[in-house]
Amino acid sequence: MKIFSFSLAAIFTTALVILLNNQLVLPAALGKLLSPQHGVWQNAEEQDHDFSADLKFDNLKGKVEVYLDDRLVPHVFAEQETDVYFVQGYLHAKFRLWQMELQTHAAAGRASEIIGAKAIAHDREFRRLGMGYAAEISLKEMEADPETKSICDAYTAGVNAYINSLTESKLPIEYKLIGYKPELWSNLKTALFLKYMSYDLAGHDDDFEMTNAKNYFSKEDFDLLYPQKQDSLDPIIPKGTVYAASKVPVKAPAIADSVYFNSTELLALQQQKPDRDNGSNNWAVSGKKTKSGAPILCNDPHLGLNLPSLWYEMQLSTPAYNAYGVSFPGAPSIIIGYNDSCAFGFTNGGRDVKDYYKIKFKDDSRKEYWFNNEWKQTEFRIEKIKVKDSLDYIDTVAYTLFGPVMFDKSFTGKRAPGNSYYALRWKAHDPSNELKIFSQLNRAKNYADYSVAVLNLKTPGQNCAFACKNGDIAIRTQGAWPAKWKGQGDFVMPGTDSSFMWQSMIPMDETPFQYNPERGFISSANQKPADTTYPYYLGRNYPVYRGLIINKKLAAMENITPENMMELQTNNYNVFAEEARPIFLKNINVDALSASEKKYFELLRGWNLSNDVKSKGTTIFIVLWKNFTAAVFDDEFKNAPDVVMRPFESSLLDGILKDSAYKFIDNIETTQRETLPEIATAAFKKSGIELQKIEAEGKLEWAKYKGTKITHLAKLDAFSRTGLPVGGGVHCINAAKETHGPSWRMVVSLTAETEAYGVYPGGQSGNPGSKFYDNFVDQWASSKYYRLWMMTKAEVNSKKVKWKISFNKT
Amino acid sequence: MKFISTILLTVLLSVAACLYFLWWSIALVAFVIAAAIPQKPFKAFAAGFIALFFLWGGLALFISSNNNYLLAHKVSLIILKTDNPAYLILATALIGALVAGFAALSGSLLRKLF
Repeated sequence: MKIFSFSLAAIFTTALVILLNNQLVLPAALGKLLSPQHGVWQNAEEQDHDFSADLKFDNLKGKVEVYLDDRLVPHVFAEQETDVYFVQGYLHAKFRLWQMELQTHAAAGRASEIIGAKAIAHDREFRRLGMGYAAEISLKEMEADPETKSICDAYTAGVNAYINSLTESKLPIEYKLIGYKPELWSNLKTALFLKYMSYDLAGHDDDFEMTNAKNYFSKEDFDLLYPQKQDSLDPIIPKGTVYAASKVPVKAPAIADSVYFNSTELLALQQQKPDRDNGSNNWAVSGKKTKSGAPILCNDPHLGLNLPSLWYEMQLSTPAYNAYGVSFPGAPSIIIGYNDSCAFGFTNGGRDVKDYYKIKFKDDSRKEYWFNNEWKQTEFRIEKIKVKDSLDYIDTVAYTLFGPVMFDKSFTGKRAPGNSYYALRWKAHDPSNELKIFSQLNRAKNYADYSVAVLNLKTPGQNCAFACKNGDIAIRTQGAWPAKWKGQGDFVMPGTDSSFMWQSMIPMDETPFQYNPERGFISSANQKPADTTYPYYLGRNYPVYRGLIINKKLAAMENITPENMMELQTNNYNVFAEEARPIFLKNINVDALSASEKKYFELLRGWNLSNDVKSKGTTIFIVLWKNFTAAVFDDEFKNAPDVVMRPFESSLLDGILKDSAYKFIDNIETTQRETLPEIATAAFKKSGIELQKIEAEGKLEWAKYKGTKITHLAKLDAFSRTGLPVGGGVHCINAAKETHGPSWRMVVSLTAETEAYGVYPGGQSGNPGSKFYDNFVDQWASSKYYRLWMMTKAEVNSKKVKWKISFNKT
Repeated sequence: MKFISTILLTVLLSVAACLYFLWWSIALVAFVIAAAIPQKPFKAFAAGFIALFFLWGGLALFISSNNNYLLAHKVSLIILKTDNPAYLILATALIGALVAGFAALSGSLLRKLF
C-alpha cells in the first residue's frame, strides 16, 4: 500500500514535470517558460536597468569604449580599425539576435527548422530562388577582398562572443516562446542577410503576370493597358539631359516577334512576391537653396514596418573615420547616415533584373536540356530542408546556364501549368561585394571617394544620394544593370538557345547621374531614372507621383531649413488625387445621388487633397478610386487568367485624362455604350454603400480606415503596435501604408557642426520586455524626429551618456 | 516550527538550485527536503506548495513590478489569451507550487517506506 502511494505520487510528479517541460500536450512548456529564474520573467527588463559592463575578449586588438545614450544608441569608440566591427557585431547580437537569425534562416530557406512543416513551401521557394547559392558566390567575392574579409571576420567574432556568453535565462524571449536555441554566426550568414535585402529590393518581377496579360489581350488593348510611357513622369535625371550613344548596342533576336512578342500561350503560375512598393525618397539640396548655405541631405527608405526594426541606430568611431546612422543587424558598417564630411542615402532602383526562361528538358530526369542545338548537362543542387518534428525534406534543384530551374513538376508555386520548366536569371546570383560600398562610404571625405565607393553596388541597384560639407551634391542611379533590347524580360522568354539571353551589362560609365546640377537639388523617389533619350531600355511601371511632388516642392523652395525638410518628408499631400479628383467632380451626376451619398460627395469636394490622420475625404477618395477601377476593368478581366497583371494606376488615370471616351469605360457585357459620367456615378453609388458601413464602424477618418501597424516579425499581436494615428499613404511623400512605409527618416544639414535628425518606428532593443523596444514609435507616428548626436570623445561626461560598456583585450 | 523551517529551507535551496540547474530542480529540492525532514505527507505537500507558491509568485511579482508590468501584459496575452498580469503571476505561482507540492509529497511517502 505504502509503496503504491509513493509510486503514484512519484509518477504523478514526474509526469507533471515532463508535461510542463515540453510542448507535447500544452501549447508551451509552461514550467520552463514561467520559471522566474529561467523563463520569460528573465526578459522583463527593470525600468532602470543598468546596461554598463566591463567585458574582456581575446579577439580584440585594442580598447573599445561604448557610450549608450538616453535613447540606448551606442556610440562606439575603437582604438583599432577592426575592433569597431567586433563590437558592432556584439551589440547587434546583444540587442537583436533573434531577428538576425530569423531573417537569415528565412533567407536560406530554413524556416521549417523552427516552425515546422508549414514553412516547407517558403523554404523550397527560397532555395529554388538560389538564395543559398547566391550567398555562397557572394561570400567568395567578399572573402577574396582582404579588407572586407577582416571586417566580416571581426563582425562574426563579435556576434559569436555574445552568443557564447548567453545562458538559457538570457535568451531572447522569442527563443523561449517558440522553443529553440541560437546557432553560431558566420560570414555566410552576413552574405545571406544581404541577399535577403536583394530579394526584398531587387526580387520583384511581373514576368508571368505580364506574359498572361500580353497573351490574353489584343496588342492594341495591351499597349493601352500597360503603356511604356507614363505621362506624369519627372525622371530622376531631368528630361532634356543629353546622353551619348550606347557603347554596347543590344539587338533583339530576329525571331523575337514570332516566338516572344506574338506568342499566345497562357501560363498559370502564382508566386509570392516582395512588396512592389518597396520604394523610398531621397534628395539633397545645395547650399544655394538653404538658409545656412550648407547642403541638406534627406532619406526615408520605405520598407516593411516590423518590430524589432530592420534598423539599429549607432555611431562607429575609429582613428580613420567617424560615422553615424542606421545599420542592419546582420551586417557590418553604417548603411544610411553621415560622417564628419558627408552624408549618404538610398532609394531602390527598381529596374527589372530578374527574368524567366522556359527550359526544354530531354526527359523528366532533368539531366539534359536543349540549348543552342545540343543537349547540355544539368547540374543539380540537393537542398536538404530540416523540418521540426518531422523528416527532412529533400528538394533537388536543376541548374542551367541561365540559373536555377525555379518551377518544375515538383514545385509549381500555387497553381502550376503542369509540365513546363522555368529557369531564373537573376542578377543577385552574380558575384558582388556590396559591403564594400558601405565601408567606403563610412570613410568617404568627398565626391571622388563617393564616386569610387558606389561602384561596388551591383544588386540591389540603388539611387545613391550624396552631399558633402564642401557644398557638393550628387545622385547616381547605381547598379549592375543588364543592357536590354526594348521589351526584353518583360515576359517569360524562350530558353532553348542563347538568343534571348542578356547580352551585356550597361557600362558603369553610362550610368545616369547628376553632380551639382543647375537646379540646386537632386532627388529620387523610385521613378524611372531617365527619359526615353537614354539609350537603354528601362522597362515600364515605375511609381511616378512621389517624385513629381518632391521635385515640384524642391524647385519652389528657398532658404530651406532642416525643419522644412522634416515637413516635406512627412508631407501627406496626394498628388495622384490632385489629378484624379477633378474627373469625379466633373463627371458624377450629383442629381442622381441620395442625401447620404451627397454628404460623401461634399466631403470629397471639400477635401484639401492631404491624406491627413483625421481626413474623411481621403477615405472617400480611396474607396471611390477602387470601385471606379473595378467598374472600368472588371468586365475586361472577367475571363482573363487568374495570374494576370492589372493595369497600373497611372495608366488608368493618364488614359482618362487624355481621352474621356477611354476605351475600357464601356462595359463589354452590356449592349449599350457606357459613358464616363455613368460609370463614375455608378462607382460613387457603390462606394456610398461601402462608406456607410465604414462610417458605422467609426472608421471614416483616414488613419482609422488605413490602420497603420508595426508587426512583430513572428506576427505575435501582443508584441506588435497596431492602430497608429498615421496619415499619408501610397503616392504621398509620407508613404505610410498599412504595414509598409518610411522605415527611417533622416535629415542631415552639413553645416560646420552637422545638424542631423532621424527617427525610425521601433526602438533600439529587440526585447519586448524592455521599455526601449518600441519607444520611438509614437515619436515617428506623430511625425517628430530626434536630434542625432555625433558624440565626440570630449563629451564622455555629458548628461546624455547613461551607460558605458568597456571592451578590453584579455 | 518545523513546518515553517521546512518552507524556508525549500525556498532557499530552490533559489540556489535554480541558479545552476534547470527549472525542475525545484522538484528535486522539495523531494529531498521532504524525504529528509519527517512530516506527515499532507504537511510535506503543503510545505512544498506554500514554499514555491510564495517563491515563484513573489519573484514574478518583484520582477514584474520593476518592469512596470510591461512584459507581463504582453505575455499574458500570448499565453493566457487575456491581458492580465495578475493571472500570469498567479499561474507562475501555482505551477511552482504544484510541482514542489507533489515532489514533496513523493519525498514524504518515500520516507514512510523505511
